[in-house]
Amino acid sequence: MAETTMTHTGTLRPEGLRGVAADWSSDQRAFKNVSWGKAMMWIFLLSDTFVFGCFLLSYMTARMSTRVPWPNPSEVFSLHIGGVSVPLLLIAIMTFVLISSSGTMVLAVNYGYRRARKQAVLFLLLTAVLGATFVGMQAFEWTKLISEGVRPWGNPWGAAQFGSSFFMITGFHGTHVTIGVIFLLIIARKVWRGDYDVERRGFFTSRKGNYESVEIMGLYWHFVDLVWVFIFAFFYLW
Amino acid sequence: MAEATVDDHGHAHQATASGTAHQQHPLRIYIVVWAWLFVLSACSYFVDYAGLQGYLRWTLILIFMMLKAGLIVAIFMHMRWERLAMVYAILVPPVAVLVFVWIMAIESEYTLFTRLTFFGANP
Repeated sequence: MAETTMTHTGTLRPEGLRGVAADWSSDQRAFKNVSWGKAMMWIFLLSDTFVFGCFLLSYMTARMSTRVPWPNPSEVFSLHIGGVSVPLLLIAIMTFVLISSSGTMVLAVNYGYRRARKQAVLFLLLTAVLGATFVGMQAFEWTKLISEGVRPWGNPWGAAQFGSSFFMITGFHGTHVTIGVIFLLIIARKVWRGDYDVERRGFFTSRKGNYESVEIMGLYWHFVDLVWVFIFAFFYLW
Repeated sequence: MAEATVDDHGHAHQATASGTAHQQHPLRIYIVVWAWLFVLSACSYFVDYAGLQGYLRWTLILIFMMLKAGLIVAIFMHMRWERLAMVYAILVPPVAVLVFVWIMAIESEYTLFTRLTFFGANP
């Protein structure tokens, strides 16, 4: 409680709950040391949390209310390697790919703030490659399931809602990853060109660029990973 | 997390001219968290691989899920070092989703009950 933080006014601000009350009751802005860009990204991610929350909720409702047995994801998503059926193998690899990409993203943010341009670009591109790999594996998974007869209105193994839940949830998540990869490539190009070193103005907002954009990009990317943690737990493992 | 202070990592906040704090932390903490995420993912995969069932399975899945989510939000997304006003603004609203879960769980129990009553147990 006694901890204090410096802000733009140079005054000391209270920490803890007293700080929450002070920040929210102050004039003009509640988020004292957070830029508008980061605050807006967080608020967007909060809204996205509700979107994915509602998808998982509808999946829960469908699965709880059906009389027909739910297909066993452990068997549906198993791969046959050399005659042996390994449960959820592809999903496990996808999970590790996405976690690896989160790690490289965090390094990119860190090198960005250190103004180590080359390393930052390298790790941003590596993150994009891992993200693209994830989307590719998801395309493979979709192809496999569609060829096995899974449709939004039915499948060979059980409850019809399995297909609609699967395509809706993983499709929406895959779209987020794809947008993230495009976003990563745009940011990587800007870092490569040195936009954030010379504070070159953005083509859309006309605001001066700085390395915080990499951190904001990182927030989005980690959120995509975060959503996958929940999808992995509730859809594939449950 | 609420009581997290900025001074246990020397360069947690570097105030800039515009007054915003840059989230720059030693690489070590990221590497450690990264390793933990791998370990926790392996653990949750193992739950399925070992074929655990029932409450043990669900409890373990939820524990590993929450630990992973917590690490990602707290360290990778820097929530641990943000001011509490912002942390609460972002992390408290999702609690509403849990209320929604509770409501829909009741609703689906009722739907299942009516289906079994009027259509019978056989599909």
